[in-house]
Amino acid sequence: MAPVDKSKVPWWVSNLIVPLVNLTLALLVSGLFIFIAGENPYEAVRLIIYGSFGYIEGFAYTLYYTTNFVFTGLAFAVAFHCRLFNIGGEGQAYIGGLGVFLVAINFSFLPVPIVWLLSIAGAVVFGAAWAFIPAYLQATRGSHVVITTIMFNFIAASLMVFLLVDVIRDTSQMGPHTVALPKEQWFPSFKDFASLFGIKIRYSPLNISFLLAIAASVFVWFLVWKTRWGYEMRAVGHNTQAAIYAGISPYKNIIIAMCISGGLAGLLGVNEILGVHHKIVAGFPAGYGFTGIAVALMGRNHPIGIFPAAFLFGILYQGGSEVTFDMPNITRYMFVAVQGVIILFSGALENLFRPQIESFFVNRLNIKASA
Amino acid sequence: MEFLSDIASLINSTLRISTPLVFAAMAGIFAERSGVIDFSLEGKMLMAAFVAAVGSYFLGNPWLGLLLAIIACVSLSMLHGFASVTYKGDQVVSCVAINILIIGLTTALAAAWFGQAGLTPTLTEDQRFLEVNLPFAESLKDVPIIGTIYSDILSGHYIFVYLAYLSVPLVFWVVFKTSFGLRLRAVGENPSAVDTAGINVFAMRYKALAINGVLIAFAGAHLSTAVNANFFREMSAGRGYLALAAMIFGKWHPKTALVACLLFGFTDALQIRLQGVELPAIGEIPVQLIQAIPYVLTVVLLAGFVGKAIAPNAIGQPYIKER
Repeated sequence: MAPVDKSKVPWWVSNLIVPLVNLTLALLVSGLFIFIAGENPYEAVRLIIYGSFGYIEGFAYTLYYTTNFVFTGLAFAVAFHCRLFNIGGEGQAYIGGLGVFLVAINFSFLPVPIVWLLSIAGAVVFGAAWAFIPAYLQATRGSHVVITTIMFNFIAASLMVFLLVDVIRDTSQMGPHTVALPKEQWFPSFKDFASLFGIKIRYSPLNISFLLAIAASVFVWFLVWKTRWGYEMRAVGHNTQAAIYAGISPYKNIIIAMCISGGLAGLLGVNEILGVHHKIVAGFPAGYGFTGIAVALMGRNHPIGIFPAAFLFGILYQGGSEVTFDMPNITRYMFVAVQGVIILFSGALENLFRPQIESFFVNRLNIKASA
Repeated sequence: MEFLSDIASLINSTLRISTPLVFAAMAGIFAERSGVIDFSLEGKMLMAAFVAAVGSYFLGNPWLGLLLAIIACVSLSMLHGFASVTYKGDQVVSCVAINILIIGLTTALAAAWFGQAGLTPTLTEDQRFLEVNLPFAESLKDVPIIGTIYSDILSGHYIFVYLAYLSVPLVFWVVFKTSFGLRLRAVGENPSAVDTAGINVFAMRYKALAINGVLIAFAGAHLSTAVNANFFREMSAGRGYLALAAMIFGKWHPKTALVACLLFGFTDALQIRLQGVELPAIGEIPVQLIQAIPYVLTVVLLAGFVGKAIAPNAIGQPYIKER
């Protein structure tokens, strides 16, 4: 089939219809998996919708997961604009959490809002530092970031368990976690907010980090599309040779893109440490870093797409935990598989039906125009 | 003599631990020499481990389990080819999708079918591969040097260990001494020239991926039906990536890749030995840090003390036939 003239394709076809078709395909395949596992896919969908929208605590959980996915999705997207695959969001988030904790605990004599700002900065700096070494090796030695960032995930996990067991463990407790931060440093949660309006909630992990996620989205949009840095990054990503010819250094931009990416992943630590656990718990990134890949690819690496994609994954996660609760044959790993299928259809196989869909709509518009 | 037997057991475990890495590196050479990036070695190895264990459990024969694992891995390779060769999707994205899909799917299905938090049932002796004792290993045991080398180091491995090291010269021969190998390498270096010569670029890449699937299946089966007697979640533990790093360090060449694989295997064997041992001057190293050594080594090797790695020229680029 001859490809259609790209300029004639309306934006909503390539940015809305095609992703939705791909998502539908991915969900159909996922339904098949649930069927193979011996459960009813239709019932699973009902549980997912009830679990994520059916009651206020559930919906708050959905938004809490959304917060995490926005951070890791943006992180992957920024690096991707420079054609870098930062698979290391998981490790960068882990180390970012260490930054949050160390700053918060050591500067607790300062006023709380300043501690918050410093902790956020700590998350960004630690996350960026963890991304810096793979970035530097990619830029200077051509060591592929996919392998190095994966290795840095493993190394981060070992390092953090070592720190949690031998160095910063709360010695009065058994588990591998640190002492809790002072209570006044905890981020206000949705529970506090709801009680202002007289709504009683048992517990909610949703906290003001959600606003930070919105701010981060605006920041990424501004950075990538409105600044010189963003322009240079995208130029290196699209065509390195042309960028060099235009006097843009790929070396510098690879490092900048990866560090910003790592910093954004580090923000996950803010949500988890200041907002939810109030201490470092072993393994707190819990796969959010990998989910960010799916989120970014589904959202076409643009904040406007990433936000709804993150929300969709929030629904899948929260609704998914409802499913695992009610269906003994389904574990949370089923939803890891679902992520893989979504990455496959909205990333690798995104051209599967694109030509057909685009030419269908272009032809229809032509008929309308000539009529 | 204790020192000698220590060394012998270290070399013995190096050979064993390197085995899945060798299979995976050889699999990677086929895919990448043909111009297709394969980060999905990790996922395929995990898939093979799962399918081999489950297949062998239900069918009662480890060879049938291996056969099913080969079918599963070739299918995954074909999926990768379908996305990245035929539909020209991003090869790295396709690999990441396969890896995440398999991590989830294997554990989810193991839990759904066997209900043991992602473990498959333990295989009986009939259902798994056993150690092979080479002929005369017992009688030669007490002969100095030769006995140590033959009986303690070479004998008593799983069949996969021998197959892995036999596969290296075979891969070398196929890739560098046959016309198929010449075409394979040409497709990865300059696909349009190969196309002009009347060779189907897409078919060559699919063939390379099929061989890749067969080889990686052995790595997975080795993990779940030989060294272990069951599948557990994420049991490949990054070996697919280590093998890829070994292959890159080995400059996409079987012999040097083998050396890198053995180096990884040796560090891992050493790492296991070092756990809980008091070292002079340093004292006992925490176990978490020791376990990170292979991963740190991967980064160090990739950073390359031996100069920049030059990949096949057309790697990662989908081939678009001129219209």
